[in-house]
Amino acid sequence: MSGTLGNPIVRSLNTLWKLVLVLLAVSFISFALIDASPIDPVAAYVGHQGKDNLDLVELQRLQDYFGMNEPFFPRYLNWVGGLLHGDLGVSLIYHQPVEQVIGAKIASSLMLMLTAWALSGVLGFFLGVLAGVFRDRVLDKLIKGYSLLLASAPTFWLAMLMLIIFSVWLKIFPIGLSVPIGVLAENVTFADSIRHLILPAVTLSVIGIANITLHTREKMIEIMGQDYILYARSRGENLPAIVKNHGLRNVLLPAITLQFASFSEIIGGSVLVEQVFSYPGLGQSAVSAGLRGDAPLLLGIVMVTAIMVFAGNMTANVLYGIVDPRIRRGVHG
Amino acid sequence: MQKNVQPILDIKDLTISFMQYEKAFQRSELEVIHNLNVRIDPGEVVAVVGSSGSGKSLLAHAVLGLLPSNCNAFGFIYFKGELMDGKRLEEVRGKDIVLVPQSVTYLDPLEKVGRQVRREREEKSVFSRQKELFKYYGLEEKTEQLYPFELSGGMARRVLLAASLIDSPTLIIADEPTPGLHLDAAKKAMQHFRNFANEGHGVLLITHDIELSLEVADRIAVFYAGTTLEEALVSDFTSMEKLRHPYTQALWRALPQNGFKPSPGTQPYAKERIKGCPYSPRCGEFSKECDSDMPMKMVRNGRVRCIKAT
Amino acid sequence: MDNPIMVKPVLSSAKKSRINQRQKTIILLVLSIGIFVAILVAGYLCTDKAVNGSFMESNITPCIEHPFGTDWLGRDMLARTLKGLSISIIIGLVASTLSAIIALMLGFMTATFGKRMDSLINFLVNTSMGLPHILLLILICVAVGKGAAGVMFAVIVTHWPSLTRVIRGEVMQLKEENYIKISEKLGHSKVKVAVKEMLPHILPQVLVGLVLLFPHAILHEASVTFLGFGLTPEQPGIGVILSESMKYVTMGMWWLAVFPGIALLFTVILFDLMGDCVKKMIDPHSAQE
Repeated sequence: MSGTLGNPIVRSLNTLWKLVLVLLAVSFISFALIDASPIDPVAAYVGHQGKDNLDLVELQRLQDYFGMNEPFFPRYLNWVGGLLHGDLGVSLIYHQPVEQVIGAKIASSLMLMLTAWALSGVLGFFLGVLAGVFRDRVLDKLIKGYSLLLASAPTFWLAMLMLIIFSVWLKIFPIGLSVPIGVLAENVTFADSIRHLILPAVTLSVIGIANITLHTREKMIEIMGQDYILYARSRGENLPAIVKNHGLRNVLLPAITLQFASFSEIIGGSVLVEQVFSYPGLGQSAVSAGLRGDAPLLLGIVMVTAIMVFAGNMTANVLYGIVDPRIRRGVHG
Repeated sequence: MQKNVQPILDIKDLTISFMQYEKAFQRSELEVIHNLNVRIDPGEVVAVVGSSGSGKSLLAHAVLGLLPSNCNAFGFIYFKGELMDGKRLEEVRGKDIVLVPQSVTYLDPLEKVGRQVRREREEKSVFSRQKELFKYYGLEEKTEQLYPFELSGGMARRVLLAASLIDSPTLIIADEPTPGLHLDAAKKAMQHFRNFANEGHGVLLITHDIELSLEVADRIAVFYAGTTLEEALVSDFTSMEKLRHPYTQALWRALPQNGFKPSPGTQPYAKERIKGCPYSPRCGEFSKECDSDMPMKMVRNGRVRCIKAT
Repeated sequence: MDNPIMVKPVLSSAKKSRINQRQKTIILLVLSIGIFVAILVAGYLCTDKAVNGSFMESNITPCIEHPFGTDWLGRDMLARTLKGLSISIIIGLVASTLSAIIALMLGFMTATFGKRMDSLINFLVNTSMGLPHILLLILICVAVGKGAAGVMFAVIVTHWPSLTRVIRGEVMQLKEENYIKISEKLGHSKVKVAVKEMLPHILPQVLVGLVLLFPHAILHEASVTFLGFGLTPEQPGIGVILSESMKYVTMGMWWLAVFPGIALLFTVILFDLMGDCVKKMIDPHSAQE
């Protein structure tokens, strides 16, 4: 007999629907915020000097082109419509379609983010489990202390520290960018790309590790206090066996949630890290767009990011449904 | 009860206290169990009967060597004649002394029950023992592949039993094994423990249900305010005069078949420990001598902690 | 077997290490508050040294006279750091407090005003998590413009969700308590019940949440300012100091970044510690961990 939580497909659709609503809300709020801002698309497009040099007719034409005199809702719907077709407008800074700009930058960003995400997930999980199992012992105090320290440090400052230590003092890694300066595109080797990727990726990972470690540790502590762990002990299972047979399996589910939740943090962190290392990705472009009033580009990047977060949440849900037998087999009675 | 057969379990003067933190700057030591005595001979089911929350579960943890780290525990625990310490208790835990817990929450929710009963072992001998136990308790073979959430209450109880018997133990400690069941269903469930004891093993039943104990156990140890006041045969409960301690007699009077008469007053908390007999505030026979330390003494076929008992 | 001289075997013994943990907590708390006040006062007193520098003293590495060195304009970095810290702290404080107040109101509303309000607020909370915080902060700062007000507004808007959730959870639990139900049955209005009965129980939690919000608020303000949105150089919070130092760090002037960063790290840890202390005092159970 299936309970009311029954059909996994129905529940997935329900979650999907909720996430879509959130996505819509994000789009609306972002658009409204940009709209309310003092950004002047004309100034962004031609520059402030350029704008002063325009005569009234040209100014009017540009304003009409950017829809500045039209009411809010039609513009919003227009933009959303374009979104659904993959048309995100034209970047005011780069004078190219926003999709193209994003397309060009997204690869390097993804490389950075995925590397950091994977590294922080694996190491964070491992350290968190250790700390939780050996709670209050020396190992835990070390791991906890170290993670707290890292989690309390500003991301961009840690990035600066890494830059100072490894690029300026030790000169092991390049100071920034994603490829060597002055080298033609076709001459950039894979090794070069990796070299430029390492420092930003490690920096981003380090922050991610700290957070995942702390949260995994908490979950592990909770699990180790459960009845079934006590029962396993009463049956004579020793600590390694308990962790292996009961601890790991039960912490895996929350770990999945944590891992995918960290996705948002990683994206946010990448904005700061890219800035410090002048690493040309979506994060850096978002900052430029914001500073220079490139509304379409900023909105475009915001939406792409929201979709990435959305995808992460969806994936987490699906994985949960597969891994947790209570969901897989449906809750009975 | 032959005098020359050694008991399976003999606990003397067990005292357990906790370190507690309170809202002020205080740190205090709370004595939850003191001078507890209980004996289980081969073939016996002995019930430790006390009200809920009075600390009885600690007794189970103590015998299993699973006391939490903020505990101080002293006492003599003899298992099959051997004086046990923390280390020895750990060695026999799960194999010779086993726990049958209250409910399915004590099973790993993400592991199939068959595997849990086998304690994750895959050897043929363990497998066949598990299947044999399941068959004995009337569980279908496919139950092996189920997860705990898919078991009914009755199935869960039988799975927990099978899990405890997988390594053929000598002593079962059953901690409130039939919570919420009414008497008839509980009696049927307890029959398995009875059968186990009848094979020459021992069962320590920890419960608040005195009526169930009267149906199933051989002897009853009366638990009050952290200590045992009396150890009596079940047959002693047929009439009030055969019981020794005023509190046990009050319990007798409170049974439905004897008039359901409650006694005034409540059991003291561990913090309110007084010197001498803990039952004094409520006892009709109280006198000044009751304020001193009271060891257990033999009275007829049982033991009691009361200077006035006959 | 009942030999009274026999030493009883010890079956388990408690660790004696937690002597006076409560006193330690109080001391820590008082110390942290003291340091924090000291920073604010120092920041105020250092204003002159932080703003005026002499070219003759520029780019000095850390030494006895200038423990944190000086910058390219000859300004003493220790003074700049202290001033910057106090600015960032004040902004963080104001933002967190307002955030907490909003969270308190919304948390109550969501738990007492029926399902629709609850769904709406839940939806808003989820929406705020649909984007990484930094991007949301950037969007809001772009919309509102530069300056302290903008940053504060942005931080407030991004930080109320987490605390709201906690409060909502608490209120939902409290609603099931008998004394609340009795109060309602007696005919007291929902608002009265909320204020008189529930508030005293929730306030400690809110306090803890508030103290733990500060570090996040400060970090986010610093991050957003570092990127170029938020505070301007006229309001030199730590974010501004670090942002300006980026140019010179690659030239080797490491002290421009390291010390202000350490100071910020120290402040964050201080607040985390305070929050922990307050939590332990309110809920003795967490001290048993």
